[in-house]
Amino acid sequence: MSEDTFDKAHAAPGQAGPGKVKIDRVSGTPTTGHEWDGIEELNTPLPRWWVWTFWITAIWGLAYMVAYPAWPTLSGGTQGLFAWSSRTQIADEVADLQKTRGPVLDKIKDAPLDKIESDPELLAAARMVGKVAFATNCASCHGAGGQGAKGYANLNDDDWIWGGKLADVKQTIEHGVRWEADKATHATAMPAFGRDGLLTPEQISLIADHVRTYAETPDSDAPTPAGEKLYADNCASCHGVDGKGNAEMGAPALFDRVWLYGSDKPAIVARIVNGGGAVMPSWKDKLDDTTIKALTVYVHSLGGGQ
Amino acid sequence: MSQSSQHAPAGGGFHKLLETNSILLVVGILLMVSVGGIVEIVPLFYLKNTIEKVEGVRPYSPLELAGYNIYVREGCYTCHSQMIRPLRDEVERYGHYSLAAESMYDHPFQWGSKRNGPDIARVGGKYSNDWQRDHLRSPRSVVPSSIMPGYAFLASTPLRGEHMAEQMRVLRITGVPYTDEQIESAQADLLAQNAADAPGAAEVQKRYPNAVLGDASSKAGVTEEDALVAYLQHLGVSVDFKIYDDKANVR
Repeated sequence: MSEDTFDKAHAAPGQAGPGKVKIDRVSGTPTTGHEWDGIEELNTPLPRWWVWTFWITAIWGLAYMVAYPAWPTLSGGTQGLFAWSSRTQIADEVADLQKTRGPVLDKIKDAPLDKIESDPELLAAARMVGKVAFATNCASCHGAGGQGAKGYANLNDDDWIWGGKLADVKQTIEHGVRWEADKATHATAMPAFGRDGLLTPEQISLIADHVRTYAETPDSDAPTPAGEKLYADNCASCHGVDGKGNAEMGAPALFDRVWLYGSDKPAIVARIVNGGGAVMPSWKDKLDDTTIKALTVYVHSLGGGQ
Repeated sequence: MSQSSQHAPAGGGFHKLLETNSILLVVGILLMVSVGGIVEIVPLFYLKNTIEKVEGVRPYSPLELAGYNIYVREGCYTCHSQMIRPLRDEVERYGHYSLAAESMYDHPFQWGSKRNGPDIARVGGKYSNDWQRDHLRSPRSVVPSSIMPGYAFLASTPLRGEHMAEQMRVLRITGVPYTDEQIESAQADLLAQNAADAPGAAEVQKRYPNAVLGDASSKAGVTEEDALVAYLQHLGVSVDFKIYDDKANVR
């Protein structure tokens, strides 16, 4: 067959020359006319699907340039037919989201905290919103279920360092604890009785023995009257004579067997020596008021709310 | 063989010259490619909406800069991005999308491209210093599902912070506006920002607004962990988005 083609091509008048198509003898395909040392280049046509795809993408590209921001100009850039921008898009998407949530969020926004808790429908909504916000923002310290950890308060129990009423919880979430950047934060901190030399190591040990009487496992030295007196002189003003604590000062209750940093003697001694206290960020600039209200109700309803 | 001259490309002149002269071909390719570069890159240097100025962004304090160095050294960017994209779910989780200006003093920037861990462009102020320390030493002690390796050794490694002034001087050449005063007091600022009981903390916060002060004791010396925590606490807190105008610079 290739012989046929070859013959036909050469049956044309005149020899193959400039402007004429030469057909390769073996494959029957036209050549480009390029030849190196007798080796000629075939001019195999591109597959038709490929050519079509090429032109369609080229046209698509041109249309895209007209429809969307594409070319820089001297003072800005082409805006495109739809004036699309990533910033307006995200603003619209967030607005849409707010609209979807609107009916629920507006109710939470307008209702006072105690009203939310007494209304089953509002409570369910606030718990739903609060649970999501808690998982995103609070769980990394207070635990997925608000169970806390060493140094991070348990939110399920009845022990509230800074108060467990709705308003207290909201205040703590809004302004944090010992969060320097927030002027309204809970600022009081325990003195570093050991580090700053307010008490001697022996005195601290005696106080720790006394505090340990509040713990359930009596595994340390027996409490002494001296320890009790030292406690009354140095600790009772905040933690109370009976160890009941004082939420105004953020002084935890000591008698209730809930321990933020552990109940063994070294842990108690370390607290008395170093003082200070846990730090919690303020959230008023990171979360909107409605979310904070929902969080307040969620935390309050975890089990220990007062 | 005699046909070869007859089959030379039609209109050979310039085309043939380029194809048969490799130096000319290279020059031609360079010219062609540079057009693409010029069209794509040059406008970025003068277009207003690509060099947005925002209030509040300041160069890193010496302690934060030292922390930045450790962040780069440990390759934190391989698992953490610092780039909140303008997408709904990201904005919902991490906060306002990142602005180019917020990383304008990073050399090199730490946007990252992979999230084995979460984005941390706005991690500053989200946790207490204590949490950051607990988390660096033993990530799973605070986040049980974490897959991050522990960096406990940072807490016991003294910071080599004696070259901060030199680094600040070099950064100034690249356009970071450190003042002479900031460079001169680099060493003092580094120590003052780290320890709550060191003098000069107010000075640091005057020179570097919003600088988060450390809670270490000045007797303990500065560790690499201290520097890294100071750096993390500064991420994403520079711009006050209550007064930032999204619409002033729509693009």
